[in-house]
Amino acid sequence: MHPAFSVIFLTTLIGAAQGLFLALFTAQSYAAFKLLPQPDAHAFYGQGSLLALVLLVAGLVASFFHLGHPERAWRTATKWRTSWLSREVIVLPAFMGVVFLYGLAHWLDWHPVLMTLPGGLPVDPSAILGVAGTVLAFALFICTAMIYACLKFLAEWHSPLTVINYILLGGASGFTLAAAFAAATAPELVGFLAGWAAIITVLALFGRGASLVRNARLKPKSTLQTAIGIKHPKIAQKTQGFMGGSFNTREFFHGQPVAVLRGVKWFFLLAVFPVPLLFQLSGMHGGFGLLLTAFVVQYAGLLAERWYFFAQANHPQNLYYQSIA
Amino acid sequence: MTQLALVIDLNVCVGCQACVTSCKEWNTSGSAGPMVDQNPYGADPTGTFFNRVQTFEVGEFPNTETVHFPKSRPHCVEPPCVPVCPTGASYKRKEDGIVLVDYDKCIGCKYCSWACPYGARELDEQQQVMKKCTLCVDRIYDMSMVEADRKPSCVKACPTSARLFGDIHDPESAVSLAIRESGGYPLMPEWGTHPANHYLPRRKTRIKIHEDELERADNPLKVDRQLPRPAMSEPTLDDVTTW
Repeated sequence: MHPAFSVIFLTTLIGAAQGLFLALFTAQSYAAFKLLPQPDAHAFYGQGSLLALVLLVAGLVASFFHLGHPERAWRTATKWRTSWLSREVIVLPAFMGVVFLYGLAHWLDWHPVLMTLPGGLPVDPSAILGVAGTVLAFALFICTAMIYACLKFLAEWHSPLTVINYILLGGASGFTLAAAFAAATAPELVGFLAGWAAIITVLALFGRGASLVRNARLKPKSTLQTAIGIKHPKIAQKTQGFMGGSFNTREFFHGQPVAVLRGVKWFFLLAVFPVPLLFQLSGMHGGFGLLLTAFVVQYAGLLAERWYFFAQANHPQNLYYQSIA
Repeated sequence: MTQLALVIDLNVCVGCQACVTSCKEWNTSGSAGPMVDQNPYGADPTGTFFNRVQTFEVGEFPNTETVHFPKSRPHCVEPPCVPVCPTGASYKRKEDGIVLVDYDKCIGCKYCSWACPYGARELDEQQQVMKKCTLCVDRIYDMSMVEADRKPSCVKACPTSARLFGDIHDPESAVSLAIRESGGYPLMPEWGTHPANHYLPRRKTRIKIHEDELERADNPLKVDRQLPRPAMSEPTLDDVTTW
């Protein structure tokens, strides 16, 4: 497939934002159970939510560049019964709204006790918003990934690994960003967040590695024989019917030589996993610069990872466009 | 339920591209609006087309066959492009099974084109909406035309009648008959999309001429030798000479 930068930025930016929000609420939950020291809620949760919101808005803006008619985008919320894209379009603003309210509750120090858990733990609005946001964050991961995973024609995407990897890669970059952010605003949480960032990065390496191994072994279901229905082992296209380009020759092929594809693969395998891992582990004791580098490198790697994710998917329609004469 | 479709006979298609040009002509000037070309006279022309005639070589030299393959938009019975559309712009008509795009609702997200294994959908670069074959829906129901003209443009244009048009769910229709009796098949059956359009395979035409077809064995004149026997160099004429 042709990797569109609008979609690459959309998926990586909102993935990092979702991971960041999950990291914020994980820290809040641990702190509520007195497993972590209570950070400065105003700075860490409030500004952290703002940072997540900025990433979400940036992703949303990027996504509009993918549309031919952005002014009709409101229509996309109508077919949620059948379309994962429609579901994503509903869940994304809902998640943004909850992140906004969550940040606002912390920003305004609005912590009235709504109820008390059996252990005597007070529940305030931010906790309820946090749970809602967590559910929506995972729902958004599933919607985004299912847009690709539900397409059975693109065998490289049609796998539960796609969903797992969207969650893990978004989580890894979000937790890394949260660790860097904590180094600046809540140093007492850095070790905890950087540790989780490292763990999720390692898990993501296994998930993405598994999908690379799986994709390398895929055998295309469609062949030239089934494409034109002629049962002969030797069929060669002599002409695709036109000499110029068309949507079919542009949209479904990345247009790069194999060497570029291989280079991008090795770049993201290094930049998403071992390099940030090194910085995450060395920054566990509060190195803002180290953790920020970890995030920047990992995010750059994720851009390459997403490019490769699209480029690697081989669409069966390409069988019809192999020769110009 | 009606399911209109094209049945394309690969045995008679000569690859003349008449269907391509007549389709473009009808649909670019039809009610669906223009099918825009960009840079038509430049180095890299591009544009929207609803069908293409492609050419394949089957076999190994010298035992090869050239197959002209009119690539059509299949109007699947189970169209995978329809449920993925987030706006409902892509839909399948209940009354005749035609898969259409509502150009006023389409947001140009291209998602439906990803969900089609046939590459049946093209984004119009100027209008920025998805376009696909409409089976000339603005033509086949046009009562101001004579009945013979109420067919898709490509069907009307084909000089060898390689394209048939009709309801494949009506077992008595010409298209159903052709599919049944000439081994019609859909493309990429492995995906379960059940394309409505079918293709009729190439057929080998062999003629075995028996000797008694050249020299009539039951010629009664030959039996009783009533007529003069002509010389061997003269032509054989049934009922006139004795052999």
